[in-house]
Amino acid sequence: MFNKTLMAATIGALMAGTAALPAAAQDDDINTLRMAYDADPVSLDIHEQLSGGILQLSHMTFDPLVRWTQDLEFEPRLASDWEQVDDTTLRMTLREGVSFHSGNTLTAEDVVWTVDRLKRSSDFKAIFEPIDKVTAVDEQTVEFQTEKPYPLLLNLATYIFPMDSEFYTGTDDDGDPKDEIVKNGNSYASKHLSGTGPFTVTEHQPGNRMEFERNPNYWDDDSPGNVDRIVLTPISENATRVAALLSGDVDFIAPVPPNDLERVREDEDANLVTMSGTRIILFHMNQERVEAFQDPKVRKAFTYAINQEGIADRLMKGFATPAAQFSPEGYAGHVPDLEIRHDMEKAQELMAEAGYEDGFEITMMAPNNRYVNDAKIAQAVSAMLARINVDVDLKTLPKAQYWGEYDDRAADMMMIGWHSDTEDSANFHQYLTECPDTETGGGQYNAGNYCNPELDELVREANLEIDQEKRAEMLQEVEQTLYDEAAFVPLHWQDLAWASASHIEIEPILNVMNFPYLGDLVINDE
Amino acid sequence: MIAFLIKRLFHALLVMFVISVIAFAIQDNLGDPIQQMVGQSVPESERAQLREELGLNDPFLVQYLRFAINAAQLDFGYSYIFNQPTTEVIARHLPATLELVASATFLIILLSVPIGVYSAIKPRAWLSRFFMGVSIVGISIPVFLTAIVLIQIFAIGVSWTPFPADTAWGAWLNDLVTTEGGMPAYGRGDPVHVIGTWYTNFASPRGLLYLVLPAISLASIMLPLFIRLIRAEMLEVLQSDYIKFARAKGLPLSRIYFLHALKNTMLPVITVGGVQIGTLVAYTILTETVFQWPGMGLMFLDAIERSDIPLIVTYLMIVGLIFVITNTVVDLIYGLVNPTVKLTGKPA
Repeated sequence: MFNKTLMAATIGALMAGTAALPAAAQDDDINTLRMAYDADPVSLDIHEQLSGGILQLSHMTFDPLVRWTQDLEFEPRLASDWEQVDDTTLRMTLREGVSFHSGNTLTAEDVVWTVDRLKRSSDFKAIFEPIDKVTAVDEQTVEFQTEKPYPLLLNLATYIFPMDSEFYTGTDDDGDPKDEIVKNGNSYASKHLSGTGPFTVTEHQPGNRMEFERNPNYWDDDSPGNVDRIVLTPISENATRVAALLSGDVDFIAPVPPNDLERVREDEDANLVTMSGTRIILFHMNQERVEAFQDPKVRKAFTYAINQEGIADRLMKGFATPAAQFSPEGYAGHVPDLEIRHDMEKAQELMAEAGYEDGFEITMMAPNNRYVNDAKIAQAVSAMLARINVDVDLKTLPKAQYWGEYDDRAADMMMIGWHSDTEDSANFHQYLTECPDTETGGGQYNAGNYCNPELDELVREANLEIDQEKRAEMLQEVEQTLYDEAAFVPLHWQDLAWASASHIEIEPILNVMNFPYLGDLVINDE
Repeated sequence: MIAFLIKRLFHALLVMFVISVIAFAIQDNLGDPIQQMVGQSVPESERAQLREELGLNDPFLVQYLRFAINAAQLDFGYSYIFNQPTTEVIARHLPATLELVASATFLIILLSVPIGVYSAIKPRAWLSRFFMGVSIVGISIPVFLTAIVLIQIFAIGVSWTPFPADTAWGAWLNDLVTTEGGMPAYGRGDPVHVIGTWYTNFASPRGLLYLVLPAISLASIMLPLFIRLIRAEMLEVLQSDYIKFARAKGLPLSRIYFLHALKNTMLPVITVGGVQIGTLVAYTILTETVFQWPGMGLMFLDAIERSDIPLIVTYLMIVGLIFVITNTVVDLIYGLVNPTVKLTGKPA
């Protein structure tokens, strides 16, 4: 390897030459957080897309009415107090003395304006469907009215980041309305931002770099946060993102890829935080395409044949929590007693009972760059199914191509990962196991074609039940039934991982939703 | 000369036309851009509406004609992921790639000429054999690996203690194989603004530092090829009559090697080399991904991952254009160095 050695010598010389130069000018008085995510937010318009990146941006530059704590409780933010006036009305009191980046003061009108805009956004409109009317009672009070009782209003309030209605009203230089939501194009809101949040955006180069500065007039005086400036760089390549942290080029990275967890954990200067996540990874078994899947015994045999614990342990290196149901712990519908099914003998027995002792052939599809180790998991699953004589023809695709195939239900078994936007159990059933109906949009991702109208009815009732305890019982019944009928093959909840330089306390500001509350981040002296 | 350039201009247009047709024809296999634009829970009706708005439901010919008519007016459409005209997006990413390719080219020339010439003059010396052996290894190591190893050694640092640390010589040897790290592992740092969309890394020593590792990785692909090419050509030239005659005449060896022989050696090297430098632009995709270098390669990979069809098509057309331009420049230079070659193809 002489040419490499020669290069090394060249670099050595170069480094010696530059060592005397001061590193990039550092001002000691300000705390700068250099962070790297796998992607940067697609736009500055927080209503343009419902995605992790946009929500992370929302929590940096705006504040929600209420937000989730680490234990999935509600914490007051811009709404200082709330009460359920009657079954269909929720009254919220806004915090006083909150101003936007532009200097305008937050009022109830801003909240009304924001919800109206959310109801126009193609991505948020479905979630905000239940809200019928929002009215500003006075400057600091706002009332949410629903047509029917709706138990998840507070969950929705975590998505309401009041926007500066005055700032976003009027027309821009091109004569387009400033509040317009444009998916693909140059809207005013996608380039300009005024929120109430802890940081203002000072620079935005899409795909390259984003800079934030602390909002000097931030309302939350109790926040321990001491970060004055944030530089966000998207680094999509896993190995490079980890290298950037270990070499000290950045102070905070997310996500940490499972293959590098050990390396980061062992590094003295790095601080690794992992959490069991809420995104369920599962396989659908298409009953329309494969007759055998209509038999619950066959479906059960499949769940018994697949070793979820093995996948979580060995393939995911412990970076996943094996699952037997949709709802992770902490969700209303979570049933603690559901045991993970893994018993190869039982699987073989069940197949024999169903009359498929000799197995059959199926096709399977999975993405190869969407979830952690997705293609590898699919390979492992198809190998496990071979043991009950099921011959799997597996095809893995990049996510850009995969979703088109998914919409066409192009294979007998298809992989999907799902995170409930409302952090609530009902959402899983509505999208993944409700009887598919193109009219109502129910079961939009139900590639198994599983259909149980009784469950649909139960979930509909649960979504009208204000009594949270009763509601939880109903949702648990749904999970139990899905488990008993083996509606799908649950695999695991994908864990989350972040890492930072050791003098940065990231643990208190992280949560399972993966919106780090960077406004409260504390950087200690090195 | 003018006729030649006009002919090349038509070549360029033809290449860009063919590329755009092919890129357009395969777009259905590149995935659904709508999927990338909306959240997972957005209902199908909303998606259908968006698809209609973007004109994705029109037949192929209608879509292509709309694109071609706009492209003829230098409007190549809007990038889905950057929400900007594709030409603007590419203009912003182009300088980073060109600077990286320029630095790699500089490294290649700086190293390959002396090494190639040396191993041709002294083909049996152990150092020459060593160079040749290494270049075989070098040519077979993927750039991805080279880059990651470089990052580990020079950015993160390795501490390795194979020798007993308690002895003086052991400690000294350990120090020798242990690196501190500290080189930048990703990105361009804070490049200096020059003009328009051009930010440069060449203006400050700190900026140059960011270039070192990516440039070395990129150069490592072509370096072995150039060393072998120069060596082979030089060996052949050294056998020719005029060199033997020059020796017989008693000219100093250095003059024979570096003036008379090297000149003729470089003729084919320029042709092959010029085309290869064009290829380097394509190789930047890998290097830029590993080092998160914000150039066209990284942008292209992003565009593919997120099915940004307008950006993919524009990028491919521009890379096609770059190939035609490098070929043209190579032909021009070749004409200058070798007067027996007539560009227009007429006999001399």
